[in-house]
Amino acid sequence: MAQTLLQVEDLHTQFFTRRGVVRAVDGVSLHIDAGETLGVVGESGCGKTMTALSVLRLVPDPGRITSGRILFRGRDVTKMTDDEIRDFRGNDVAMIFQDPMTSLNPVTKIGSQIEEAMTAHKRFSPQEAGVRVIQLLKRVRVPAAERRVSDYPHQFSGGMRQRAMIAMGLANEPSLLIADEPTTALDVTVQAQIIDLLKQLNRELGTAMMLITHNMALVASLCERVVVMYAGRVVEEGPVERIFKSPQHPYTWSLLRSVPRVDELRKDRLVSIKGLPPDLSNAPPGCKFHPRCPFVIDRCKREEPELAEVAPNQVARCWVLMRNVPEEAAEVTKQVVISEEAAKKLQEIPGAGS
Amino acid sequence: MALPAATIEQLGQWEVPEQQIGLWSDALQRFRRNRLAIAGAAVVLLLVLIAFGSPLLVQLHLIADPLKQHVEFIEAAPGQNGYAFGADELGRDTLSRLLFGSRVSLAVGIFVQAIILPIGLAIGLTAGYFGGRIDNLLMRFTDIWYAFPDLLFVLVVVSVFGPSLLTIFGAIALVNWVGLARLVRGQVLSIKEKEFIEAARSSGSAPAKLILKHLLPNSLGPIIVTLTFGIPQAIFLEAVLSFLGVGIQPPTPTWGQMVFDGYENIYANPTSVVFPALAIGFTLLAFSFVGDGLRDALDPRMKR
Amino acid sequence: MQAAERQAATVAKTDPIILRVEGAYKYFPVGGLGGLSVRAVDGVDLEIRRGETMGLVGESGCGKSTLARLITALLPVTGGKITFEGQTISTLRGRSLRRIRRKIQMIFQDPFASLDPRMTVGDIIAEPLDNFNIGNHKQRMARVQELLRLVGLNPNFTNRYPHEFSGGQRQRIGIARALAVNPSFIVCDEAVSALDVSIQAQIINLLQDLQREFHLTYLFIAHDLAVVRHLSDRIAVMYLGKVVETADRRSIYEAPQHPYTRALLSSIPVPDPGIERNRAPITLKGEIPSPVNPPSGCRFHPRCPIARAPGICSDQEPPLEPHGHAGQLAACHFAGQI
Repeated sequence: MAQTLLQVEDLHTQFFTRRGVVRAVDGVSLHIDAGETLGVVGESGCGKTMTALSVLRLVPDPGRITSGRILFRGRDVTKMTDDEIRDFRGNDVAMIFQDPMTSLNPVTKIGSQIEEAMTAHKRFSPQEAGVRVIQLLKRVRVPAAERRVSDYPHQFSGGMRQRAMIAMGLANEPSLLIADEPTTALDVTVQAQIIDLLKQLNRELGTAMMLITHNMALVASLCERVVVMYAGRVVEEGPVERIFKSPQHPYTWSLLRSVPRVDELRKDRLVSIKGLPPDLSNAPPGCKFHPRCPFVIDRCKREEPELAEVAPNQVARCWVLMRNVPEEAAEVTKQVVISEEAAKKLQEIPGAGS
Repeated sequence: MALPAATIEQLGQWEVPEQQIGLWSDALQRFRRNRLAIAGAAVVLLLVLIAFGSPLLVQLHLIADPLKQHVEFIEAAPGQNGYAFGADELGRDTLSRLLFGSRVSLAVGIFVQAIILPIGLAIGLTAGYFGGRIDNLLMRFTDIWYAFPDLLFVLVVVSVFGPSLLTIFGAIALVNWVGLARLVRGQVLSIKEKEFIEAARSSGSAPAKLILKHLLPNSLGPIIVTLTFGIPQAIFLEAVLSFLGVGIQPPTPTWGQMVFDGYENIYANPTSVVFPALAIGFTLLAFSFVGDGLRDALDPRMKR
Repeated sequence: MQAAERQAATVAKTDPIILRVEGAYKYFPVGGLGGLSVRAVDGVDLEIRRGETMGLVGESGCGKSTLARLITALLPVTGGKITFEGQTISTLRGRSLRRIRRKIQMIFQDPFASLDPRMTVGDIIAEPLDNFNIGNHKQRMARVQELLRLVGLNPNFTNRYPHEFSGGQRQRIGIARALAVNPSFIVCDEAVSALDVSIQAQIINLLQDLQREFHLTYLFIAHDLAVVRHLSDRIAVMYLGKVVETADRRSIYEAPQHPYTRALLSSIPVPDPGIERNRAPITLKGEIPSPVNPPSGCRFHPRCPIARAPGICSDQEPPLEPHGHAGQLAACHFAGQI
């Protein structure tokens, strides 16, 4: 019986800026079981990074967790004292970020930084830490680990730095590793190596993983379950196989169809989601996605849907749901003939047309 | 041949993004929030008013003529004969000399910057944009110029050409343009690599256009700040010159001169020294606060 | 001179190859003793056909961005030749170079850095028109509005500043600017890489529509092979300053001839859990070497799973030759064998 490691309940994190209150995380609930890999997917501004930062209580000013509970093994993180939270960070839950160059101290040797992560939590003595650092670097497949331990971050390549970050994250054997866009800044071949490494670590160490990304393919590769976020809320959640095969929320559906696949040659156009992401300080009424949704009905503009179960283990926040959308409607992309006139006019301007 | 039907999607095309605050209005707002900067600006404004208004005050007989000497009131203490701040060693009203001194200070500050601006821009823009040998040449020239001791140079120029207003302004400008030139060059170097410059080149823009329409407008912020900080620098240098006796010559009253004249009798008649010294100090401080405020307000990196 | 030029131009216009890169190389000197250089582009041959989209992919250090800048003459070549519509452009300077810019335009990667923050959107788009003295002021303004409409933006936005727009909208402004002078060839340098996924799709669709409408030729540079494959007719793969394979979009995936291409393709995840669970990517040994001191012989040999080194792979640099399907080129001594 899987044990629930992290339980986020109705989390609200808001930013109090001069222009208004930005509801970055607007009632998010999710959970991760021990050893599980969860993907959190969405585009910029959807609140996925803020959710992760809230779990570690690292929300920057002027943001604050305003309500909700974050339970880690039953203890509420939002209510921990400063000492408790320091013990918690890096020890129970560790986080690795997108750009290792800015997360690593450029003037300290890599080995020392990883050791520091260990001795700070007093789980290992300095000697033990020294030995363990090399083991960790070997585990994340840094070649010539004994030598590389005394290198500085700028002497590592991008992929190596990310591995060092992962080593640092795993130094204290956390039960949960949060990875925020860990491969976005890396080359494709390096990305494959890192994903492979994360898979292996999950298998061997049993570390649970929360992978935050906008890249659906990574989620397909690495995760068992996925949560899709939009405008600070969860709009769909379920096992990866189900979500990819039959997404129920129009946003998830559009997202999957808007990305070209390297193994497919499509004659038709990519599905594009019209419009812009919403202003989180001034969100539209009703369903937050309705201004951009290709299948919007009247109800969507007035009432915001709740997360409802649409299949075993799968929930979606939508009045319509993709399974109720007729085949033909789902295949049509909006087409507007406008530029015949415009293009003609262009040709008429003197000097235009070489 | 008929044009094929174009299919371009309606993509929120008429969604008007909220008109955001302009770059200068935003800077103004930020400046306004800085209390020291506002205080400094107020003092500067006061200075300007005094500078322009003091002759009027004399005409209205509100203050004495600063040039008028009253032998019977040499080194009078404050209060005598209606001299609010006393009189100096020639019986001239300290207060009105103080007020008139602001005219010289302001003139020095502004005119010197006006001379520095074209020199610094020309050298900085050219060196920064063209790089290579031209840059090397200009920068070495700048370095050599910079190595010259400022005061010595000014003294030499003034003694050769005489301490007229023009000579002094020119001399001060000539020792102070290096900072602006280097700053402009630095700005150009950092902006030159940005994509919008590449884009402008790719659009066919010639170097003159790139420099004047792209590089210069994007460097305005630091240039304005440098010029603002240059004003107290120039004022101070002029005061030093006056103190050394080679500044703007009497009978035009300047603060530096007042300190020079009065410091020998500082114990007997402190007001004639203290007040001009304070005037110099406050002016420098005011411009520095304004300069700081401008720098923060125009800094694109600071969070809005 | 005029008549000869015009004749050459007519011939060029019927030539199916619009751009030819022959042996181009670009070295950036790295100070210090020893005269070392970063060999960003080290002998590239490429042909781009009129009306096609040529994709260019590669990882960091492969030189694709530098090659883009050589082709658009934003950087001078250290050696080699680049011809456009029959005319050699790699030796042009000054005014004659600027004249070419009417035909070759570029769309840049960073929507936030590629627009001058101090200029209005209208001025930004009108700048190329201004540079080539096209039309009077009123005509230019009219054209700017048409261009805005064409790229899907409200034509009344001409007085706004770039910071008032989102990334996707700014990228559209950049596209409008590139189209202003009716170029025939546009280089898209990572034009969609900095955009959110759903906005990427919008811009990709827009680029395709515009190409069809105005018979444009694209050189589309990106690191995302899936996007490149979707947009391109043919694809060139670069590694450490050289082109290692060129193929049409179908062959490159179904029958890659170069081991690097194969490794690259196998590294790309696909949004399909069924496939991903069982995929085993070809992992390459080591890291991308420094372009200052590329490996001897075939540059890829230290990391290649099938290299014969010491042997022919470490001794001789393989030429870019036909292998595999018609029109496919690969630079490998053992092309197709893996």
